[in-house]
Amino acid sequence: MSATTDLAPPPRTDAAIGPWRLRWRRFRRHRTGMASLVILALLVLFALAAVPMQHLLGIDPDATDLLSRFDPPSAAHWLGTDDAGRDELIRLMVGGQISLLVGLVATAIGGVIGLLIGVTAGYFGGRLDALLMRITDGMIALPLLPLLIVLGAVDLTKLGFSSDFAHSTAASFWRIIIIISIVDWTSIARLVRAATLSIKDRDYVRAARASGAGASYVMPAHVLPNVATPIIVALTLTVGRVILFESVLSFLGFGITPPTPSWGNMLNNAQELVTTAPGLAVYPGLLIFITVIAVNFLGDGLQAAFDPRSEQ
Amino acid sequence: MSELIALESVSVHFDLGGGGLFGGRRRILRAAEQVSFAIAAGETLALVGESGSGKSTLGNVVAGLQAPSDGRLRFHGAPLDAVGWRQARRAIQIVFQDPFGALDPRMPVSAIIAEPLLIQGGSTARQRRDRAAELVEQVGLPRDALNRYPHEFSGGQRQRIAIARALAPAPELIVADEPLSALDVSIQSQVLNLMKELQERLGLSYLFISHDLAVVNHLVDRVAVLYLGRLVEIAPREELFARPSHPYTQALLDAVPRIGRRRARGHVIKGEMPSPLAPPPGCVFHPRCPKAADICRTDIPTLGAAPGRADQLSACHFRE
Amino acid sequence: MARFILRRTLQALIVLLVMSFVIYGLIGLMPGDPVDMMAAGNPGATPEVIAHLRAIYGLDQPLALRYWHWLLAALTGDFGFSRTHSQPVLEVLAPALWQTCKLMVISFVVSVLLSFTLGIIAARKPGGVVDGLISLFAFAGISVPVFWLALMMILVFAVDLHWFPASGISTLGEGGFIDQARHLVMPVTTLALATTGGFIRFVRASMIEVMRMDHVRTARAKGATEARVVLIHAFRNALIPVVTVMALSFGVLFNGALLTETMFAQPGMGKMIYDAILGNDFNLALVGLLFATLVTLASNLVADLAYGWLDPRISLK
Repeated sequence: MSATTDLAPPPRTDAAIGPWRLRWRRFRRHRTGMASLVILALLVLFALAAVPMQHLLGIDPDATDLLSRFDPPSAAHWLGTDDAGRDELIRLMVGGQISLLVGLVATAIGGVIGLLIGVTAGYFGGRLDALLMRITDGMIALPLLPLLIVLGAVDLTKLGFSSDFAHSTAASFWRIIIIISIVDWTSIARLVRAATLSIKDRDYVRAARASGAGASYVMPAHVLPNVATPIIVALTLTVGRVILFESVLSFLGFGITPPTPSWGNMLNNAQELVTTAPGLAVYPGLLIFITVIAVNFLGDGLQAAFDPRSEQ
Repeated sequence: MSELIALESVSVHFDLGGGGLFGGRRRILRAAEQVSFAIAAGETLALVGESGSGKSTLGNVVAGLQAPSDGRLRFHGAPLDAVGWRQARRAIQIVFQDPFGALDPRMPVSAIIAEPLLIQGGSTARQRRDRAAELVEQVGLPRDALNRYPHEFSGGQRQRIAIARALAPAPELIVADEPLSALDVSIQSQVLNLMKELQERLGLSYLFISHDLAVVNHLVDRVAVLYLGRLVEIAPREELFARPSHPYTQALLDAVPRIGRRRARGHVIKGEMPSPLAPPPGCVFHPRCPKAADICRTDIPTLGAAPGRADQLSACHFRE
Repeated sequence: MARFILRRTLQALIVLLVMSFVIYGLIGLMPGDPVDMMAAGNPGATPEVIAHLRAIYGLDQPLALRYWHWLLAALTGDFGFSRTHSQPVLEVLAPALWQTCKLMVISFVVSVLLSFTLGIIAARKPGGVVDGLISLFAFAGISVPVFWLALMMILVFAVDLHWFPASGISTLGEGGFIDQARHLVMPVTTLALATTGGFIRFVRASMIEVMRMDHVRTARAKGATEARVVLIHAFRNALIPVVTVMALSFGVLFNGALLTETMFAQPGMGKMIYDAILGNDFNLALVGLLFATLVTLASNLVADLAYGWLDPRISLK
């Protein structure tokens, strides 16, 4: 009968919902943030669609065909062909994979560098802190783009790599990730340092230290969970910046080496082609633009969802 | 009773900077100066003083949160060096004043209580869960507290959680840094009774830090009085309350309101404690002392037995 | 105050010194070296001759020693010869610097005026339609790849509409003021648009915060006109963080200038550095980069000083 169900305690209406559920609820109300999330998901699908599309249409994105350069859009080539007779649409998809991957991986590595430096400076303090913060300030003061160009121009064979490796796509992929991540960690480092400073003298951290906990316990257990939200926002914005850096470097010829496409290097000779084939100059840039603006709006939405003060 | 922990002329100085390449005067804060005392197994020692007297700093030294600038610590007769501390960490735990800042808001109570065991290793998740359940009941909280978060509890309940955490590794000594002063008066006695009960059951020692002599009276065996980082008097509770030897202790006792007793006149101390950045020469208490004479301005008094009472020590040229 | 300036100047010099070493080392890692260049242009050179040349140029010495010699020479004002221009480096640098200053200063002024106007308008009604549109514009400015924006400007205004010339700083045989100005329109617009986005967001955020403050609400309660409230009471206080951010944005502006100059073929510092790196003109690239660093450091110092000067509560120590 229903007697047993009557005895069961009523569902708790005052039960606290988890902080992440609460944030998700707030984020869903942020229109531009949600729209950005959808757009980014579509962009990722677009990039991933390269693989089935290649098989379906039997197109090799790197195969040149000098007899069909600058073909207009057709049933076989939906967006036409580029200056080497390659399918523009497929190359945009493959280039999207490269550009997005560079954005994510370089952000992740730069984030880890920033995290380590910020945590070290904030937790240990003193002279180490002063030194690390001077280095960070110095990095912030540098003109980044010229520096990235110099780093991009470094001849890997002079560092002892084989000539084959130095000119491979893999080398150019990892090189651009490394050079961007070693210059773009400063904002994360400052953020993490400030957060670490505010948390490390809380009594619960001191209690843990009295039990013998060192930085390797306190950081993951107490500090990072309490600073996760601003870091997520900052990392989101970094992804956008990194994608821009990648496109600039590849465009200038210091990034991903052709024939492997990236949205940046597809614009490589767009300047000469702008009169003959304007489409080739428009599409890749438009995709970069849409991606980065969506990433930035996403960061804005996350900020609003994470910051209780933004509730008006 | 056997000695549990001992401090041998411990000093703590903080370098506040200055004096570097870009100038300014070098400033050194003397939070504790040549302090020695010992705590026996099962004993409760109160560390009493005004704010800025260095009592919390000494509590941190005992809890291993602050390395002394000078002097040594002994634990069970062995020196507390890097190796010694590794074992002592389990045996010495700390409870803080502010029950709101003492618990990580993102951890459930079961994880908070079992945290010392996790840090010290050598236990399985299941053992830690069982231990947390056992402790929650020992400190008088319902079992369903385990899966809740700190913000769902009142100040007194949180202090119980903090005590349960301190008990987790079965310690011998708990440093209680003003554990009652952030609580309502009605709650204070409950927590105090809990601490007493736990001591009787588990044979704990306490280093009980307080600015309030009245609270101390209910719990402690001996009292140590600090002034400006110096130990000015240390004595068994009854003797100290009955016949304080140091004029500062006398003044502190006179400030405690007691029913049925008139406030003695003339013993209320004037002025404020000087800055520990620039302590006065001679006896540090002399600018505020009713008994101050020329010798007090030049000579630092040493800790010695009060006349006729071997276990009551005070640092005064005119000890009573 | 004097001590503050002294200390910051000293710090900046240290950063500059470290950077000069890093860049010196990196430039040595770029493909080819001066002797390779000569050997390539002179097929008859034997390995012995090449080795001899290397010794003359000191290229067989360790990096630290070569850097030390370069530093000593540089401190006496000798920065070497530009390979591609066949001129002393400083003589190549000076006109390029002037060109970049023109571009950057004009763009900066345009950008500041635009961002103050739009930022203040947006902050009047946060969350409204106008605010939304201005925010969209700001985000677009932050997110657009500068080189692509330049490309699109060329496509629309030079190729399709023929309104403005696509490249260079003047038409051959003309070069009057009007002609030069016409050449500057597109580069300045591009650079200004690229920097305005970030500025607008700062002005807006700062204004919104100040408008909530008590003294602004008091002014309103007193019956001050809306224009007076916004421009006198709020704007002046909102200015402080904004000025700092703007002065600190020199690095971003310079990044933009490099791309703008490259895209519109403007012979400025950015294009000079880019061409020098592409053309293996080591001396020129090195000095160009160091100069860019120096100016960035100086502008950061100015930002700090401006902060202390605008806000009497900040004392610089």
